[in-house]
Amino acid sequence: MSTQREWPLYEVFIRARGGLDHKHVGSIHAADARMAIEHARDVYTRRQEGISIWVVKSSEIVASDPAEADALFEPARDKVYRHPTFYDIPDEVKTL
Amino acid sequence: MDTEALERQFQARIDADERIEPKDWMPDAYRRALIRQMAQHAHSEIVGMLPEGNWITRAPTLKRKAILMAKVQDEGGHGAYLYSATETLGVTRGQLIDELLDGRARYSSIFNYPTPTWADVGAIGWLVDGAAIMNQIPLCRCSYGPYARAMVRICREESFHQRQGYDIMLQLARGSDAQRRMAQQALDRWWWPALMMFGPPDADSKHSAQSMRWKVKRFSNDELRERFIEFTTPQAEYLGLVIPQGEIDWSEFRDVLDGHGPCNRERLAARRRAHDQGRWVREAALAHAAKREARLREAV
Repeated sequence: MSTQREWPLYEVFIRARGGLDHKHVGSIHAADARMAIEHARDVYTRRQEGISIWVVKSSEIVASDPAEADALFEPARDKVYRHPTFYDIPDEVKTL
Repeated sequence: MDTEALERQFQARIDADERIEPKDWMPDAYRRALIRQMAQHAHSEIVGMLPEGNWITRAPTLKRKAILMAKVQDEGGHGAYLYSATETLGVTRGQLIDELLDGRARYSSIFNYPTPTWADVGAIGWLVDGAAIMNQIPLCRCSYGPYARAMVRICREESFHQRQGYDIMLQLARGSDAQRRMAQQALDRWWWPALMMFGPPDADSKHSAQSMRWKVKRFSNDELRERFIEFTTPQAEYLGLVIPQGEIDWSEFRDVLDGHGPCNRERLAARRRAHDQGRWVREAALAHAAKREARLREAV
């Protein structure tokens, strides 16, 4: 049974409404991209959850490694001065 | 880092209510337990389409037929969400389906019971989906991210399933004597199997303790079963139906799990037939996709 080649896996992204980003919702197996969109429509938008679908082959996704999370994200941790709340502005000064 | 240190770190993340994501380090046992549970869950959704699918062509009205089709389609969708969430753990859907079809994997014992009358469709929605919701809501907070997210989608849709089932029971309960009798008989048939859906009593549940430590499971089988009884009893009273009295027959539960329920063979045979008869479609779609891609390359 398992000798058969499987339909490739696609990751599915859906835009819920105009003005919103496409958001990852899950994945779907399909023979090609067109079928992936049709299957994603059936599986992920049965209740009007979207107005637009992106699909991309899962094998094409390049992801960061959790093991390098520190190296990637740690440098931002001590830069609190990038946030507006870092600065004490006297109450008398308005609209700043 | 050695495995022991990694395991300590992993448990600390779980204890801090962090979510584990596919590429994070996780103990093999956690991965295996999740694959087992999630695949079993996915299979249950797919096999679960059969008892109700049995009534699509015979639903009493067009409205009921449209509703039942939507529900059965949802179950197929839930299976798809869950297979795709399971695949994030490094197995393929093909492997999982093979395990279902050759009898190595289990699915919920409940789907091995027959649906002889229309009232059974009502009882399934009300009780079986009701019990499933009770089991599934805590899973929305389970420690494994993809499983938890799939469960959020599923629970949102499952509520319609339970309500449409109760709606069927309500209509029968307000009907003729024969219809009321049919509703009562369906309740009698489904009550015990529905209670068994929560799994064996806590004392005999071999996976429970570890599953709780990993925050895959958040409440014990007996706790959830009691809560279900508490919620369902007034609902039955409102229908004017009587909940069967007595004790759960756990030998029946074991028999059904071991393959000796009323419909085990029929269910697996139906899944195998569907898989075999769909093979040429799956192959043709791949061949078509390959041909189109080749043409596209030539055109460039």
